[in-house]
Amino acid sequence: MHLTELAYTQLRRKLDRSELSCEKLVDLYIENIHEQESLNAYITVFEDNARQRAIEIDNRIAGGQAGMLAGMVVAIKDNIVMKGVPTTCGSKILSNFVPPYDATVIRKLLEQDAILIGKTNLDEFAMGSSTETSNFGATRNPHDADRVPGGSSGGSASAVAAGLCCGALGSDTGGSIRQPASFCGVVGLKPTYGRVSRFGLVAFASSLDQIGPLSQTVSDNALLLKSIAGYDPNDSTCANVAVPDYGSFLQQEVRGLKIGKPVEYFSQGLDPEINRAIENVLESLARRGAEIVEVSLPNLEYAISAYYIIATAEASSNLERFDGARYGFRSAGAKNLEEMYVKSRSEGFGPEVKRRIMLGTFVLSSGYYDAYYRKAMQVRTLIKNDFDRVLEQVDCLITPTSPTTAFKLEEKLDDPLQMYLSDIYTVSVNLAGLPALSLPCAKDHQGLPVGIQFIAKPFDEGMLFRIADHVEGNHTC
Amino acid sequence: MTNVNYEPIIGLEIHIQLLTRSKIFCSCSAQFGGVPNTQVCPVCLGMPGVLPVLNQNVVEYALKLGLATDCEINPRAQFARKNYFYPDLPKGYQISQFEQPFCQNGKIDIEMGDFVRSVRLTRIHAEEDAGKSMHAEAYVGTDETLVDVNRCGVPLLELVTEPDIRSPEEAAFFLIHLRQLVRYLGICDGNMEEASLRCDANISLRPRGETGLGTKTELKNMNSFSHVESALNYEISRQYQMLSSGEKIEQETRMWNVDRGITESMRSKEFSHDYRYFPDPDLVPVVVDDDWIERVRRDLPELPLQRKKRFIKEYALPEYDAKILTEDRAIADFFEAVAIKVKDKKAASNWVMGEVLRCLKEKKCNIDELRLEADSLVEIIQLIESGTINSKIAKSVFNDVIESGDSPKKIVKEKGLMQITDHDAIEKAIDQVLQAHPDEVDAFRGGKDKLMGFFVGQVMRATDGKANPKSVNVLIRKKLSGS
Repeated sequence: MHLTELAYTQLRRKLDRSELSCEKLVDLYIENIHEQESLNAYITVFEDNARQRAIEIDNRIAGGQAGMLAGMVVAIKDNIVMKGVPTTCGSKILSNFVPPYDATVIRKLLEQDAILIGKTNLDEFAMGSSTETSNFGATRNPHDADRVPGGSSGGSASAVAAGLCCGALGSDTGGSIRQPASFCGVVGLKPTYGRVSRFGLVAFASSLDQIGPLSQTVSDNALLLKSIAGYDPNDSTCANVAVPDYGSFLQQEVRGLKIGKPVEYFSQGLDPEINRAIENVLESLARRGAEIVEVSLPNLEYAISAYYIIATAEASSNLERFDGARYGFRSAGAKNLEEMYVKSRSEGFGPEVKRRIMLGTFVLSSGYYDAYYRKAMQVRTLIKNDFDRVLEQVDCLITPTSPTTAFKLEEKLDDPLQMYLSDIYTVSVNLAGLPALSLPCAKDHQGLPVGIQFIAKPFDEGMLFRIADHVEGNHTC
Repeated sequence: MTNVNYEPIIGLEIHIQLLTRSKIFCSCSAQFGGVPNTQVCPVCLGMPGVLPVLNQNVVEYALKLGLATDCEINPRAQFARKNYFYPDLPKGYQISQFEQPFCQNGKIDIEMGDFVRSVRLTRIHAEEDAGKSMHAEAYVGTDETLVDVNRCGVPLLELVTEPDIRSPEEAAFFLIHLRQLVRYLGICDGNMEEASLRCDANISLRPRGETGLGTKTELKNMNSFSHVESALNYEISRQYQMLSSGEKIEQETRMWNVDRGITESMRSKEFSHDYRYFPDPDLVPVVVDDDWIERVRRDLPELPLQRKKRFIKEYALPEYDAKILTEDRAIADFFEAVAIKVKDKKAASNWVMGEVLRCLKEKKCNIDELRLEADSLVEIIQLIESGTINSKIAKSVFNDVIESGDSPKKIVKEKGLMQITDHDAIEKAIDQVLQAHPDEVDAFRGGKDKLMGFFVGQVMRATDGKANPKSVNVLIRKKLSGS
């Protein structure tokens, strides 16, 4: 087995025993990155910096001073800022932007001696479900190069799946970690809203965005979350809730756990193969002593509509700062202020971003606010109440992550509604602010990965790791 | 038809720049006057990925002003984004408050000589200031505009009144009152020229006796109390002329042009912005509970009106004195520090209203900058009360204190300014004066009583002003009548 296919926990044992050096490990990943350049998973790769840092971390390991993630080679979605290297958000409008500060999650990863290898591709400003709208071209799915890796964190998911890094950070606003994790066959977690600081994440929809880890295994995912989670005085929406030792949730039984199966998630539109895969997991859990109960989330059908109103409203405001005045792209052709704005933004943003800015601007306009934005916020409360109610009865919910496996490149690019519907099982979790994890649980007849989604109570990521780890260990896919 | 037939309806919107050390959503200095773009960080520059964190002092200041103006305090306040594009607005939106401001439904009473105008306050909300576009400075080219972002994120309170003001004069009084209040509360320096207080006005006219409202215009760019008054006066006559010639007022924003003394149209309502306000998802609602409100209320300083009433009662001062003394909190504090230590409260008032205020005016400074401790003035008054110096000498001692910073006792001692109370010494001086002016003595005895002042003056001069004037009076009279 190639070293880059090993999970971090295994690699760390080798590193600690000096059977492997970080320097060597970084070289292996860089080799893979070069070999698989056609995947287009990265926008920027820090070869020299990563090698340099590998030497430092090797010394730290030798000195017995190494952090929790020592030698873990991590890729970062390119909408999370890192001091001194470009952050593009996959957009022309930020093509020349170099941030002067580190995101809180970057600081935390570095404190734990992770080695950051590069910035990964994404849908422009994280707006998309296929990683095709990037100004730097589409990313491809390592399982089938003619298919999308999902999105918007498609670069991170593809990189983890192809062994171009050990773990990665993504961001999830409506499914942008879980859906690509599902398409690429990796583990992807969207933490509880407020679990991880958003400071340094270029905002798409502030009330929905959350940074989370993608990894090959559940235990690596738990380790990554442990490192990046926790209170941050720089983010008012970040919760002051203690971060548990997620490792203690691993290798536990599921006997006695109550697992909810929301009927609305298993209705029409769901690929029968995926349905069967999920049912298999449910049966397997039942065999091991978990109790499966059917639950209902009656307001779920409004989730996509509410989501696309709230997310675009916030996006229209969040993206106003990209005006060509202080940083990023400025059109050369402008003769006055108004033209500078219009031309810079018209030339700098791609069509999907423009579509969402226009939608968001419309729903916040005077005369329409009550009918759209305010109504959507009310629907959001109803959806949250639904989840709160069922999660009082069960420990965890199980659903498919996506209605389909990875679709073909360009298949949905010209049909935004079809594209939006690929998030139908994930957006409601963001609206409710809950934690959810996607785990690969099967392959379809084409050999494409199928993802299963676990949803838990706020700040109960431990429960997700517990059940996902159990399924991962006892359910062969 | 004359102007008398129309009644002006005026409402004000006032921006109050807060005296917090740091900005409202980051830890950059909020100080005025720094070198452009030196008081900035990724947060106030609106860099991608940054988040605002509320400065809690801003909430305290908003509560102070709200409680001092009888406002209802919102138990759950929320910040909102006001979206518009402008180069001095780095995020493309201003963080302000919309549906849930900190304070609502307050009131400020303005004493207008013989009547009181009660002005209702719609709301007081907090927001961040924008940056400053620089066009005029020497280093700015003719074809460019530079932006100074230092002011971005400086905290402001915006106070909005109901249209309860009925004349430009009332508007000016309102502003004077508000400036006094914010200075008392210590939340704003109240300097309109440096734009720490900024006032926009809404004005319309309506026929007297009617209750509806006419079409209003909004006036901007008034940088002093007198600008506000002048601009409103101009606008009243402009609107009056239009209405009386049957024209319609257009709802619009107008700029006060101070050089031409007129208001000029800036933008009409059709071109007004749709700010697309919505709650800022980056900031959690501010929960203000009763404990917090009570704590702020307890710490409120005594307000000008209460203090005036107390001065009248406690120090037996005339209303006029109490009003002058309480106009400025620092002056009132100074007076009080003196008054509690001396027997003669009115003397303390006279000294502060007289010499102290004269001195401040001459030196164009405020009381903290004057070389005068309250205890020094106490000493001077006590030296008078004990008869050690007379009041004329006291004034020169006062000036000495201001110039040298020495204690009054030291000055009196070193310069030998003690009052001569020894009757023998005074009589000796009187004898000399009387001998030197036999004609005047005769005239006095012949009934020219007015010469008394002349004799007193001569004796004071002979004693370098140190004789006790009362004793001099008594002794001269005794001498002249006795022989």
